[in-house]
This record gives sequence, structure tokens and C-alpha cells, in this order.
Amino acid sequence: MITFTNVSKYYPGKIPGLIDVTVEIPAGEFVFLIGPSGSGKTTFLRLLIRDLLPSKGTITVDSGDISKFNGGNIHLLRRKVGIVFQDFKLLLDRTVFENIAMVLEILGKPERDIEQGVMNVLELVGLADKRNLFPLQLSAGEMQRTSIARAIVGGPKILLADEPTGNLDPETAWGIMDILKEVNDLGTTVIIASHNADIVNKMKKRTLTIHQGTIVRDEAKGHYHLDKHAKPVAKGGKHDANH
Amino acid sequence: MPITRDVRTHIRRSPYQAMAATLTMFLTFLVGGVFFLATMASVMVLNYFEGKPQVTVFLTPKAGQLEADNLKAKLEATGKVSGTHYVSKEDALAIYRQQNQNDPLLLEMVTADILPASLEVSATDPQYLSELATVIGGSEGVDEVVYQRDVVDSLLAWTNAIRLVGGTLALLLVVDSLLIIGTVIAMKIAMKRDEIEILTLVGATPWTIRAPFILEGGFYGFIGAAIASVILSGVIAWLRPYLFTFLGSIPTLSGLFTSLTSPAFLISLAVFLAGNMLLGFCLGALGSSIALRRFLK
Repeated sequence: MITFTNVSKYYPGKIPGLIDVTVEIPAGEFVFLIGPSGSGKTTFLRLLIRDLLPSKGTITVDSGDISKFNGGNIHLLRRKVGIVFQDFKLLLDRTVFENIAMVLEILGKPERDIEQGVMNVLELVGLADKRNLFPLQLSAGEMQRTSIARAIVGGPKILLADEPTGNLDPETAWGIMDILKEVNDLGTTVIIASHNADIVNKMKKRTLTIHQGTIVRDEAKGHYHLDKHAKPVAKGGKHDANH
Repeated sequence: MPITRDVRTHIRRSPYQAMAATLTMFLTFLVGGVFFLATMASVMVLNYFEGKPQVTVFLTPKAGQLEADNLKAKLEATGKVSGTHYVSKEDALAIYRQQNQNDPLLLEMVTADILPASLEVSATDPQYLSELATVIGGSEGVDEVVYQRDVVDSLLAWTNAIRLVGGTLALLLVVDSLLIIGTVIAMKIAMKRDEIEILTLVGATPWTIRAPFILEGGFYGFIGAAIASVILSGVIAWLRPYLFTFLGSIPTLSGLFTSLTSPAFLISLAVFLAGNMLLGFCLGALGSSIALRRFLK
């Protein structure tokens, strides 16, 4: 369970990133964060991995206040939360296998488990045959699949994806969404910040609409429609989803 | 081991930076080592002379036990002498033979007749030395008087000079090494900023991220110190016969220079090598830590 309670984030110069956001995301849910550029989607995700600290309010993951994490133990939170970036953030001098294996090496897994774990996620994302290629030898979709594989190989409880289909053509984007849905089906909470209205519309998942740092709509699974204006949630209210 | 693999990769990908850092460390430990050894030797020499009688009165060639006894009686009458020891010509020859046992050429032509007998005198307090000098100067059979205080003062001045010059130079080189290692590591951190960001985001511990940089700095220090120490050890081994000639009369040093295979020499060598390499590693790791503290928040 992820909870944001009256969370605000102001950047230097009192520029608002998020304003008084209260929301609950139960474990295992698939959630879209939508809204225009600069609306606060990325701020929401960065707060969740404690890349930023809230100016006000409390964020909890599995009932633990993440502001309690500091430089010495922040890795414990990051191991619970996998993250996928629009620009992939792959290490160009390492192969697909090495990029993914890095996470398991950090966790101190033995070599045999690393081999097995990496091959499992490569099978899941359909890149088993490209394990020895370097990122620059891959297409954009393959790079994003590698990035997803890296994010899930450590078995995180939560997967965050910041515009994962932003650089991809529609067909490849749907391939990525299928993988993310599969990851969610395995029990991982998936939160995706996206601009892709078509995907959000067709996926029929819970959708949080952020505008100027505030959650203006919280539509339950199956209720979001691109052209439909849903009733905005009450301030600080919980969504009325029936999952 | 991913950490050691990362260190190897860091070094392999920027060999010139690695060479610059290692050479700086080498120079630091070479110069530092020379002054350290010189200081240690001078301190041992100093301690030896400080432990010796304060005045040595060499008698004329014709003088012997009788003159020495007369002088001893006069000195003891002052009540300011804590002890005396007569060294006959034969004793002097035995000492000479002991000091030059490895050089038969020096022993061939020397007999007891050409060595002077002497009287070693210790005062109850060094301030009485000038008063005793007056007594000694007016005595029969006295050829030359050597005051150890003069020798000790001179040695002390040299030791202090070596310490001051060596210490200052070593300190400057240590600072220089820290700056070079710090700069090299800072460049590596800048080059690997993306990787560090990714590692941080995927849950790497602070130590996992920092360890390769610290070990890399330590490696440069270790290698630089090891090369310098091996070269210095080789030079000492090469100079051993000459050092033994000059310093063989000092018990603490003669034990070291008797033979290359003597336990004292081998143990000292091992301690010197291990100590320098450990110090080199720590110095390199410290330089890296400073860079990490400055550039990796």
C-alpha cells in the first residue's frame, strides 16, 4: 500500500511541484498518472523513490514513512521500487545481460542465481536472444524492454514507469504495455506516468489526472475515458474505485 | 567480485591517469623513504653516542696504566666523576679488530703499539665537564680529549635538519599525492556520473558505489609505495658493505648490516615493505575518500 497524505512539494523559488495531494494506492494495483507536461507526474514518482523529499505531508510505502530513509539506508526503499525511464538510462558499455545483472550483483546474489534471474526476465520481455548485445545495437523498444527487465529483476513490490512509451512508435508502445500488464499480473504494483492518451484510454485502469500539482480526477479501473469528464475527487478524498 | 572488476575496468580505461597517480605515489614514498631511513639511522647513531661516556681522554703513545691511574685519582678527588674506565692499548686493538673483522686489509698492519690507551670518564652532571676539562688538560700524559657532548650536539643538529627537511618535503609530497589522487578520482566520478545515478536508483548501497573508487585510490598508493620500497631496499642491500664500514660500530645498526640473510635485516626489510605498502594504500584511499566526499553527495 502506498499512501500520500497532504503531500506538497515546492521547488526552490516556491515553485509548486505537487500541492496537497492525498491518495492511496493498494498493493497490486495498476495506476496511470496523466496530465500535461509540468503538471507534477514526475514529481510524484520522484517523491516515491525519495529522490525528492516532500515539503509537507507524509508518504508511506508498506506502512513505512519514507522520509525516515536517509543516505545510509535509502537503498532499502529503492530495492522495493523498480523504476523505468523514458530515456532508458542504460549503461552503454555493458551488454543487455550485464545491465540487468547489475541489480542482482548489488543484492549480493550468487552467480548462478544471477544467470537464472536475468534469463527469466529476459524471457519475460522477449530479449533472451539479445542478451549479449550492447544498448546501441538495440532498437528503442528493445532498450525500453531491457530497462523494464532491469527494473523488475530484483523482484520489487512496486514498479514506476516515467513515460515508458514516450520515445516509441504505437506498436512498440503496446508491446511495452503488455509487458507491464504482465508484471502487474504477477502481483507488482505498477504506476505509469504517461502522455499516451490512446493507451490510457484503452487499458481501462485506474487513472489519476494531475493538473498544476493537484490531483483533479481519480477514476477507478474501467471508468476513465478520454472524452468523458469524470467528476473530480473531493480534496484529500479517496477514489471511489471498485477494482 | 563486481567491486574488483569495477576497479580493473576503471584503471584499464584510463591508463595515463593511473600512471600519473602511481608515479606521484612512487615519488612520495621514494623521497619519504630516504628521509625516513636517514632519520632512523641518525637517531640510532645519536642514541649510541648519548649512551657512551661523556669524555674520552686519549693518552700519549708512551703513557699507560700509571698515567691513567694518576689522572683517575685526580678526577675522583674532585667528587664530580661518576665513573671511569681505562682502555689499554691491547683493549683498543681488540675493539679495532672487532670493528673491522670483515676487512683483513685494515687488520694486517695494525698492532697495539700504534693505538693509544685512553680513559673514559663520566661526570655526575654534564655541567661539571668544563671543570673536569681543566683538571684533565693540566695532567701528564694526555694527548687528546674528545667530549661526546660535541659529537652528540653535532649529530643532534644533523638529525634535526634531516627531520625538518625530510618532514617538510614528505609533507608537501603527501599533500601533492592526495591532490593528484583526488583529482584523478574526481574525473572518474564525473565520467561515471550516469552509472552512479543508475546504481543509486536501483538500490546500491553507498559502500557499493564508493568502494571501487576507494580501492582504486588505494591501489595506486599500494603500487607506488611498493615500487619505491623495493627500489630503496635494493639500494640498501647494494650499499650494505659501505654502510657496515661506517656504522658497524653501532650495535643496533651493525646487527642489520652484518649480512643480507641475517634475521634482523630480513625482518626489518619485511616490516619496511609491508608498512610502506599499507601506508601507501591508506594514503591513496584517503585521497579517494576526499574526492568522494567533495564530488559524490
